[in-house]
Amino acid sequence: MKVPPDSELAQLEGDFLLPKRNIFSRLGHIPNAGFAWLVVLPAIVGLAAFSIVPMATGLWKSLQEPGIGGGIGLLYYEEMINDPVFRIALRNNLFFAAVIVPVSLALGMFMAVLVNRRFRGRSLVRLAFFTPAMLPTVGAAAIWLFMYQPDFGVINALLETLGFQRLNLLGQPNTVLPALMVVMVWKEAGFFMLLYLAALQSIPEDLNEAAELEGAGEWYRFRRVTFPLLMPMSLFTSIVAIANSFKHIDFLFIMTNGGPVNASNLLLYHIWEAGFVHRRPEYANAVTVVLVSILVLLAVVQIRALDRRIHYR
Amino acid sequence: MYHREWVDRLFGGLKSSGTWVLAVLWIVPLAYIFWAGFRNPQVALSLDITSGWTFDNLLYVWNAAPFGRYYFNTILLVIGLSTTQIVLGSLAAYGFARYTFPGREVLFLFVLLQLMIFPEILLLENFRLVSSLGLYNTIPGIGIVYAASAFAIFLIRQAFRSVPEELVEAAEIEGASRLAILWKVYVPVARPSIAAFAIMSISSHWNNFLWPLIITRSPEARPVTVGIARYLSPDTGIDIGSLSAGTVIVVGPLLIIFLIFQRKFIRSFTRSEIL
Repeated sequence: MKVPPDSELAQLEGDFLLPKRNIFSRLGHIPNAGFAWLVVLPAIVGLAAFSIVPMATGLWKSLQEPGIGGGIGLLYYEEMINDPVFRIALRNNLFFAAVIVPVSLALGMFMAVLVNRRFRGRSLVRLAFFTPAMLPTVGAAAIWLFMYQPDFGVINALLETLGFQRLNLLGQPNTVLPALMVVMVWKEAGFFMLLYLAALQSIPEDLNEAAELEGAGEWYRFRRVTFPLLMPMSLFTSIVAIANSFKHIDFLFIMTNGGPVNASNLLLYHIWEAGFVHRRPEYANAVTVVLVSILVLLAVVQIRALDRRIHYR
Repeated sequence: MYHREWVDRLFGGLKSSGTWVLAVLWIVPLAYIFWAGFRNPQVALSLDITSGWTFDNLLYVWNAAPFGRYYFNTILLVIGLSTTQIVLGSLAAYGFARYTFPGREVLFLFVLLQLMIFPEILLLENFRLVSSLGLYNTIPGIGIVYAASAFAIFLIRQAFRSVPEELVEAAEIEGASRLAILWKVYVPVARPSIAAFAIMSISSHWNNFLWPLIITRSPEARPVTVGIARYLSPDTGIDIGSLSAGTVIVVGPLLIIFLIFQRKFIRSFTRSEIL
């Protein structure tokens, strides 16, 4: 009978005694760089799969010309440029963003300054400012649809008591976009207030006190102390605000359907309409390429600013 | 020192008087629709509080569609999704915050870029992609495109960067594995940021509309925002009862949760070092 040598026995025993090897114990042997890749990878794959991949395939499809043996070309882009609806939607969206981004950021900042002081009922005021931000856009849209109704809406009741004529604000091409801007600002300002409040609370008290001792007035203090210290946060809030002004179009489905006569049509709504109502995916993809380009361009500008901050801190 | 006194006084005056005016202005539309939701449509606009109260509007809309199911779907979606986002986000943030590795800069720039590009912008191709994965008209189909969140990675990474080196070294000496250090050292430090993210994620996906609208077809997968849309502005014309009751149904539950937790909520925001 052959007895296994001691060393082999020891190894057998060792194997037996060692805790069961699983994926986690093996992880311990991977070098740090490999480990970092492993933990970063799932998120990167997820991000790429539903952004880079569809961006690439969308771009590719928008360049295909129709028909058998159709080559590659800019046919859909030509069509897009000549499409009055696209031009209106683009113009509306830029106008929309140009108004609601600065207004909702300024209001949010103002609100934050207001509720950063101590006073009676402070938490109630904070609540009042912030609550609209919690609502679904669909809900906010319904609320304002209600407010704007020509026959039973509050706004018109107010107009009438003030001696003006009743107006169908959502039904007229020249008032519909401003009316929708009010909704967006009402809904978004509170969220920016909260972000600015977070930033304000990280400003050391003594900075303000020092300025106060030197006799600086409220406005001066705000302009010279508070405002500059809020700039980093403003970079971030402006990213969010700009993105929202192109992304949050839910209220169109409830309030106007892009009308009257496209006066409230926005880019993403136009894409939805082209793709899912008119069933023209290639054309819709061409418009998507334009929208994505606008956003990427803005992102690059902002990332460069953000990048500087992150590196030099 | 030069400054204009009247500007200061104006600013100070605006601050004290403006606060309440603005607060009332901000809450009135919401309060008003809740008021109307529980009023008889004929007297909805009268301010007589002694009569005209009713639950009929609410019951009528609630019974018109499977809102119980819609709510169940929404809750399932936001819980599953925010958990996934936080797990994936924490892992990635850990990699970015603690280690240097080849490709880190490029990958992080890629993440930053995603702050601007959202799955719902790429409506058509994501629709095709998710459908080809067999997830059309399913709750995972709504969630999968958001599973990895650039915002989560960014926010949690910022918090992870403030983890004291000594804590990490102490854990290493005790022989803790890298994942254990993530869980026991990093995550507790980042808890306020993670909480703030969870709140934002839950509210934004609770409220999401466009993507769930196109990727779902039937009540089995539809969230409440999509389910209610038809009752808010039907083709037949708007009526005051179902518009206000529909709004109460869609905003009510989240609002109640928010009101209960609002103190914690606002505190977790202001304590998280968001940037």
